[in-house]
Amino acid sequence: MSGLEQPVEVPGGRGDRRWVGFRTIVIREFSRIVRIWGQTLVPPAITATLYFLIFGSLIGRRIGEMGGFTYMQYIAPGLIMMSVITNSYGNVVSSFFGAKFGRHIEELLVSPLPNWLIVLGYVAGGVVRGLLVGLVVTLIALFFTRLHVEHLALVLAAVLLTSLVFALGGFINAVFAKNFDQISFVPTFILTPLTYLGGVFYSIAMLPDWARHLSRSNPILYMVNAFRYGFLGVSDVHVGLAFSIMVAAVAILFAFSVWLMEKGTGIRE
Amino acid sequence: MKALSLRQLRKTYGTGVQALKGIDLDVEQGDFFALLGPNGAGKTTAIGIVASLVTKTSGTVSVFGHDVDRELEAAKACLGLVPQEINFNQFEKVSTILVNQAGFYGIPRHVAKERVERWLLALQLWDKRDAISRTLSGGMKRRLMIARALVHEPRLLILDEPTAGVDIEVRRSMWEFLRQINAEGTTIILTTHYLEEAESLCRNIAIIDEGRIIENDRMSTVLRKLHSEVFVLNLRTPAAAAPELPGYALKLGADGSLEVEVTKDQSLNGIFAALSARGIEVVSMRNKANRLEELFLRLVEGRDAATGQPQTAASA
Repeated sequence: MSGLEQPVEVPGGRGDRRWVGFRTIVIREFSRIVRIWGQTLVPPAITATLYFLIFGSLIGRRIGEMGGFTYMQYIAPGLIMMSVITNSYGNVVSSFFGAKFGRHIEELLVSPLPNWLIVLGYVAGGVVRGLLVGLVVTLIALFFTRLHVEHLALVLAAVLLTSLVFALGGFINAVFAKNFDQISFVPTFILTPLTYLGGVFYSIAMLPDWARHLSRSNPILYMVNAFRYGFLGVSDVHVGLAFSIMVAAVAILFAFSVWLMEKGTGIRE
Repeated sequence: MKALSLRQLRKTYGTGVQALKGIDLDVEQGDFFALLGPNGAGKTTAIGIVASLVTKTSGTVSVFGHDVDRELEAAKACLGLVPQEINFNQFEKVSTILVNQAGFYGIPRHVAKERVERWLLALQLWDKRDAISRTLSGGMKRRLMIARALVHEPRLLILDEPTAGVDIEVRRSMWEFLRQINAEGTTIILTTHYLEEAESLCRNIAIIDEGRIIENDRMSTVLRKLHSEVFVLNLRTPAAAAPELPGYALKLGADGSLEVEVTKDQSLNGIFAALSARGIEVVSMRNKANRLEELFLRLVEGRDAATGQPQTAASA
């Protein structure tokens, strides 16, 4: 064991070093997504294909129009959003909990990277997977229907904000989780029901009054509708309110995530 | 300059366990320092606090003059940690682990790749650079953790039992490596259960027990405090009973050898002369225990004595 030299100063200022650190986390997350593509990219593609085939094509033909569009066109934005939500959340919760479980989160905790940047790195990884899967599902949707885009900027803003919200949600879940059961609890018992009841497959105008009012307390309804408005120009909710809710959720969840890291919840004794 | 300075460092866990009860410790720049103590003494807690893996209850920590409460990033940049447990991603390639770690310290990838080559060569892991880390042997995993801790070239390297479970050949080569980086300027703090390792490598030592520092001095000074040593004498003809020699306490060993305790005031010549006079021939001799081990046990056992307080070696 030999061949050592004197320590070398790290080039660049603090901003440069932080940027390199952030990029390293994102590249590591992206590599993980690609390395386990059979778990990250293929299942949502198969699920989306089945949804489009069964709900859109077979059942959708009997349903007729919804909001002035074919049923397939109506549910396509919702199905894309559903995959973005599930995958943004799933990436961060499994990656961060895996890092806690395997203890390699300590690599980051001992490093000079500030906590907010560690949160941002993991969340960016979740957004990358969410958008990647969203793109795959969009391409699949194009096999079944023509996607009309009314407001491209709103489509992009809605998908990005939604992805951020659920990546942050996944991060918080992973911070608190003590075992693998606890990282599947929220997606199974909270996220999936809220997504299905969030207007992915129907307009809440079809619901009785009490159910319509109840649906308005579901945050996913606003995200799906903001996204659908970007595509089709129709929405069950006020689009301005939907974007306000998403921006507020991102700010609150990010602040909460950083606070948890500063406090050391679930990661420092 | 102090590489590490701890003042009144305390840690009480949520369970109420007081792991550290107000530790003061200084490690000088360039030192090779041993931090010893029995299991549960507080060593790993103290290291965890320095490395930001454990939150302190009170007290101050500074690394090369950077207070962790005020200049955490600067303090962390000076520090490299080799933890007790394997804690790298076992699904990643060896070189990827090091490149990523360098990235977390702000080292760009092209610079990181050069450093990875240097440290993997230095730790004899270059041939394994593309191997998935979980396929490495135990000794290789330990060396990978050392390479990872060094890839950002820290001024202070803390190793928490780095040679646990590795064979003697690998352990010796790791000792040589650590001596070399220490000679080149890296300050090293080592915890180990192999007291021979601490005695062989370290110039200064602190012994921690039940959350308190009970000894902190130069290694040579601490060893001088050892009042007596026990030697094992192997005989040409195994003894049936321990002979009685005036002034010496002899015991019969399991294989017919003799164990004799020799204090600082006595000489070995006297024993050999007395044994020769009785026709007993000694063919070889060894220390019953490593000197540091002997001292360590006396210090820790002294704590269990009636007073319940640690005693010095001289009084043990």
